[in-house]
Amino acid sequence: MMLRRDFLKTTLAAGAFAGMSAPAFAQTMDRLRMYIPAAPGGGWDQTGRTMEQAMRAAGIVQNFQFENVPGAGGAVGLPRFLGMRGQGDILMVAGMVMVGSLIANKSPVKITDATPIARLTGEYQVVVVPPNSPHRDMRSLAAAVKANPGSVSWAGGSAGGTDHILVGMIGQNLGVEPKAMSYVAFAGGGPAQAALLGGQTTAGVSGWGEFAEQVKAGRLRAIGLSAPTRQAGIDVPTLKEQGIDVELANWRGVFGAPGISAAQRTALTAVVERMANSSQWKDECTKRDWTQILMTGDEFGRYVSAEVARIEGVLKNLGLAT
Amino acid sequence: METLADLATGFSVALTPTNLLFALVGTLLGTAIGVLPGLGPALTIALLLPITYKVDATGAFILFAGIYYGAMYGGSTTSILLNTPGESATIITSLEGNKMAKRGRAGAALATSAIGSFVAGTIGTIGITFVAPLVVELALNFGPAEYFSLMILAFVTVSAVLGNSATRGLASLFFGIWLGLIGIDLQTGQARFTFGLLELLDGINVIVVAVGLFAVGETLWLASRHAHGKDELLPMSGSLWMTREEWKRSWKPWLRGTGLGFSIGALPAGGAEIPTFLSYYIEKKLSTKPEEFGKGAIEGVAGPEAANNASAAGVLVPMLTLGLPTSATAAIMLSAFQSYGINPGPLLFETQATLVWGLIASLYIANVMLLVMNLPMVAVWVKILAIPKPWLYAGIMVFATIGTYGISQSVIDLALLYAVGIAGYFMRRFDFPTAPVIIGMILGPLAEQELRRALTISQGDMTVFLTRPLSASLLALAALALFGPVLWKLANRRG
Repeated sequence: MMLRRDFLKTTLAAGAFAGMSAPAFAQTMDRLRMYIPAAPGGGWDQTGRTMEQAMRAAGIVQNFQFENVPGAGGAVGLPRFLGMRGQGDILMVAGMVMVGSLIANKSPVKITDATPIARLTGEYQVVVVPPNSPHRDMRSLAAAVKANPGSVSWAGGSAGGTDHILVGMIGQNLGVEPKAMSYVAFAGGGPAQAALLGGQTTAGVSGWGEFAEQVKAGRLRAIGLSAPTRQAGIDVPTLKEQGIDVELANWRGVFGAPGISAAQRTALTAVVERMANSSQWKDECTKRDWTQILMTGDEFGRYVSAEVARIEGVLKNLGLAT
Repeated sequence: METLADLATGFSVALTPTNLLFALVGTLLGTAIGVLPGLGPALTIALLLPITYKVDATGAFILFAGIYYGAMYGGSTTSILLNTPGESATIITSLEGNKMAKRGRAGAALATSAIGSFVAGTIGTIGITFVAPLVVELALNFGPAEYFSLMILAFVTVSAVLGNSATRGLASLFFGIWLGLIGIDLQTGQARFTFGLLELLDGINVIVVAVGLFAVGETLWLASRHAHGKDELLPMSGSLWMTREEWKRSWKPWLRGTGLGFSIGALPAGGAEIPTFLSYYIEKKLSTKPEEFGKGAIEGVAGPEAANNASAAGVLVPMLTLGLPTSATAAIMLSAFQSYGINPGPLLFETQATLVWGLIASLYIANVMLLVMNLPMVAVWVKILAIPKPWLYAGIMVFATIGTYGISQSVIDLALLYAVGIAGYFMRRFDFPTAPVIIGMILGPLAEQELRRALTISQGDMTVFLTRPLSASLLALAALALFGPVLWKLANRRG
């Protein structure tokens, strides 16, 4: 037993020593643990596994270990991750959905308790209407909302999710009480799509990827994108250019454990940055239709704090947070 | 004929070596668990769900469908030779089948049920091929109001399978509805019945409940009963070749059973039990030798066996086209779809055409495989019944535990599994039916969500259920199903 403990101590010390002596700009690591607060196969899981692929191919990190702790949009997994204080070799994949879920579920922990490393990808939301709808653009739909908010029904994902948040923001921007908007929650983009194709609701909101095929086939009409500017490959006008000053990206990024040292943080940021700039990662993103919106360091930290405040405001207006 | 072209594509998918192998494994496994009393297709598929992480969707569903059809064939063997139904849908088969076996006609009973199953399974699959696309057309016109009315109809018809006591059945149903309501409410984002446990926010997995009730509960029940007495296994007797007279007495019941089974199975909440009971009743009325009923009448085996296989096909129609599971097995298959991120519903035939048509084509293949497997090889299957029961039960418990942990890696789910299992044991002990729990757990929350969606869209106007023609007709059907029998009785009494 003593021998074993001594051995452990020695290796730990050696590890710490290696960590300290490693130059701060080192762009490779021996091992990286990925913590996914969602089920295998979902968006965060895919992001993590694609990172693994890209990092292995580019020779940045060779050893990977994955842990999935699914539940409630990350609200189940985050507290456990926050318990891994000071562990410099672990990254959690999370995003906008977790910000909303933590607020709506009145979670005692905050995403800002983790160490923000980088924002990697994002997907913009799109507003669609059935093809036989009288609304040809956002202005016409906005006028209908202003005239009688209750008469315009919006199909989207679960209450408090990204789709609902966008509808709340649109209402807020139009000077309509967000709670007065008729939001109809479906269990995800698929069932919402079926309801839209049958003309059951006035409009629908989801990530662009979810509706893209039906839009291209002409079975749904896309009238507004939640991007700051027109996006290459997406032939849809933005909400902004139609007088609705709303921007929303369903972003995904990575976070380090709380309480890691500045050196550990720099090392993690360096490997993630190198991966994000590798051709392997860029090719995968194009293949998977992920918009690359890389943001790192303190800028990303400020961005996350701003997102938390902004989304908390919208959820309060929707009556989902106190 | 667009449907035939789709079906041809389906066969090109189903006839690849890998998928043929999945169909073969599925039918073998299905027959085996059908033969074993207490093991059903729902449980088996639930235990196999973790493979959805490794195997592609088409292969997995071909496997599951093979198990489903296979269990329907295998169940009859046990009913005939052991007088213990291997499956709830084969209860009726044991009435006449076991008597035939006692008279030394076990071979003929097994043959008529296998051939009847083949006829019914094939006609039922043809039914899916042509009916399902029609239902899809109709289903696109379904909005929340129509879905809600459909659920009402489902609840009314499901009350027929509640068992002998309506109170017990309703208690089971509402227990299921309550389980289904646990978690975050989709429309408001508020947590319900979670007792502050974060792990319950996403709701309770229906698979955990199904495995708990069907595997753990059922095993505890069978184990507790094992001490009291043994069932008598009759030897195979008589030739498998049916006499000319037996053929003559079998073919009409096969066709009538098929008609009943498929049409009732395809209804929302149809299930397999009602058509088998109805078929038995009709055959008894129509038989030229009613005096043989109760002593081993071949019609009483042929009809219900065809009915239960045809209903297995029928149940797949609402499951694939509306995302509406009407049996425990269909419910488990639905959650398998969801673990692939696929939502069964009217769009399924469009977005997952190769999967759907590959699945349907594989059903034709599975039927042929099953006929070959069950007729000449019946003696092999009977051997399974010789496995010592304690080994079997221990094995099921191990698989249930590993399977559940494999799905979520959650200790909370394991605790839930055993809690539900113990509840399931007491339900069996005190004669509460377990199937309504699963049905309630799935249909209850669906009905609630559709009601609230419909009311959000109509801005709180309740008349929307009556002013939309489709919705109103569905409600009228529900009223007819509910009050029809009572009015019929009253009218008869006066007349």
